[in-house]
Amino acid sequence: MAARIDLNLAHAYHANPKLDSDYALLPLKMSFRAGGAYALLGPSGCGKTTMLNIMSGLVRPSQGHVLFDGVDVTDKSPQARNIAQVFQFPVIYDTMTVAENLAFPLRNRRMPETDIRKRVGQIAEMLELNGQLNQRASGLTADAKQKISLGRGLVRPDVSAILFDEPLTVIDPHLKWQLRRKLKQVHQELKLTLIYVTHDQVEALTFAEEVVVMTRGKAVQIGSAEDLFEKPAHTFVGHFIGSPGMNFLAGALDDQSLLVGERRIGLNDQQAQSLQGLANIKLGIRPEYVHVEAQASFNSIPAQVERLQDLGTSMLMTMRCAGHVLRARLPLTAQHFTVGSSVHVSLLGKHTCFYHNEELVV
Amino acid sequence: MSHLQLSEVSKSVGADVHLHPMSFALQPHAVTVLLGATQAGKTSVLRLMAGLDVPSSGDVIVDGLNVTGVPVRKRHVAMVYQQFINYPSLTVFDNIASPLKLRQETHIEEKVQDLAKRLHIDPFLKRFPSELSGGQQQRVALARALAKNAPLIFLDEPLVNLDYKLREELREELAQLFAMGQSTVVYATTDPGEALLLGGYTAVLKEGRLLQYGPTLEVFRRPASLDVALAFSDPPLNVVSAQSKDGNWQLNHGPFVALPQLKAMHSQVTLAIRPASLRVEEKSGDMVISGQVQLAEISGTDTFVHFHCALGEWVMQKTGVHFFELGARLTFYFDPSESYVFSTDGALLSAPFSQAGWGA
Repeated sequence: MAARIDLNLAHAYHANPKLDSDYALLPLKMSFRAGGAYALLGPSGCGKTTMLNIMSGLVRPSQGHVLFDGVDVTDKSPQARNIAQVFQFPVIYDTMTVAENLAFPLRNRRMPETDIRKRVGQIAEMLELNGQLNQRASGLTADAKQKISLGRGLVRPDVSAILFDEPLTVIDPHLKWQLRRKLKQVHQELKLTLIYVTHDQVEALTFAEEVVVMTRGKAVQIGSAEDLFEKPAHTFVGHFIGSPGMNFLAGALDDQSLLVGERRIGLNDQQAQSLQGLANIKLGIRPEYVHVEAQASFNSIPAQVERLQDLGTSMLMTMRCAGHVLRARLPLTAQHFTVGSSVHVSLLGKHTCFYHNEELVV
Repeated sequence: MSHLQLSEVSKSVGADVHLHPMSFALQPHAVTVLLGATQAGKTSVLRLMAGLDVPSSGDVIVDGLNVTGVPVRKRHVAMVYQQFINYPSLTVFDNIASPLKLRQETHIEEKVQDLAKRLHIDPFLKRFPSELSGGQQQRVALARALAKNAPLIFLDEPLVNLDYKLREELREELAQLFAMGQSTVVYATTDPGEALLLGGYTAVLKEGRLLQYGPTLEVFRRPASLDVALAFSDPPLNVVSAQSKDGNWQLNHGPFVALPQLKAMHSQVTLAIRPASLRVEEKSGDMVISGQVQLAEISGTDTFVHFHCALGEWVMQKTGVHFFELGARLTFYFDPSESYVFSTDGALLSAPFSQAGWGA
């Protein structure tokens, strides 16, 4: 049955790691709830695949433990862990029919034939493969083959978890959303523990209930898509999620306000109190939340328009503001602003975040 | 050396027609995006322009001279491919310097340093390409292409093999380099968003045919045909047929809508509505559609809500991250004046009139 997975470990591919950079995964403690849908998201080399391989048992962590439902499985093989895996490229038997491919993991486990037929039918219907059940796999397109791989991963009702390693890489872009939808539906219906590795933010944010954002061997935030967008716990998350990502302006606290370059932004009591005594502060605001006006208003600061890009359905304005580059995403009506002109921006609102040493304070 | 023109150029390989005859002149000192799905003919056009292939018929004209059949090494062009192609046995410095040495230029050291700085690879000049990440390797290939100082630069989906964040960064830098206007640049991509970010001019290709060429925003806002509009929309456009009935238009045998923007007489038309024109908030005069949510895709900046309704499988684009339950029944709205209208043979009849004053 779906298992809860606890990790308390670190991993280095070479002996005697000393520096942070010697670790593929820095020491971490993390729990994946039974029946949850998780994505491990980050750029190449961030450690997400290492983490997946440690959960599957393909890699043994150089220190610490992996627990499935409280039982230590650190030394157990992938088979003994009772997990299913789906890889980037289809892993199926070309000589078998679609139905035989789907039934294979169940026959291996000696499930009664009547139950097999029922389960295969159910999975085939979910993935819209029921029209092709008696077809040989060899003649199918790459998309259809990968769907069979997904089906083989999902078919066993008794697995602890299903691990996916960038499973939609070979799928044609315009079919991707349909498979994402299938995976989400499957998760809602079957309530399995699903863990999904990807470098694609759309894939991660769409699929998962919780996304683990990773960089340089470290998980910097675990949260819902909304958490990652609205309250990035780390400047890396603010930068990585969203296109363009969050704007950051370095500043220093001065009484009740933040000094950014020569500009002063008044803070509310809560913000000022939380930042008291901290050096190295950054104000973070997403381009979607930057207010740009022609006239100065309360607490606004001046900026110069350096670039204005019409993106068809919205405008992207790039400004220079208190010595920083600042981007704003604006409605098409912002067309009347001109490059080189002076504008006034308001950076303080309920979506504004403050960071100290790259970590969220308030 | 920066004016390039194709005149009735076509390309066939055996019985396969790769390109149907097409004519167009590239806007000099600007970026032209070749936009189209895979197999649309983008790479074929690039190769003909660069002189890597010879057309089956028609002429390639550079600065008024017919260069059809002149091989690539006798033309002053630079090319960047999807794969990161560098000299594996040369350092990054020597990779970038190679075209300069070939032309026996002076001040090579300075020029390489300058290019490396502009592409943020100056710390790696002594390394070999294999010691760099994919993004850095592609930067080296770009630096070498720029070092040629060629009046014509061709890029074939240069960012497709990079992580999206790197893609975003490098696209931004390229857009700024191209904006200096030293070269005429041709940039092939399948991504409509990339075309909009690069700006400049866009040529839309489909199945080996040139459908439209013009300033990128003009092509986006006034697509000559439904095919152009479909090629230039991601997420896909919402498309529905409409029949004329008693002065109004009936959508897909269902609801009626008024289309005062439509002047000509037609009994049947096709409406296309951009996902960004759909809303879950109502405004007066809106068309109302009830739908069932199939999936909310979240890009990090936008949420794309796929839903099923009486008009078909539609998509709404909403800025920000929003949660929509699978299977939820919701009401969607759009302003009918924001629809593109096409005749039954696909020609544009009217484009939306936006507040800022574009369109019909």
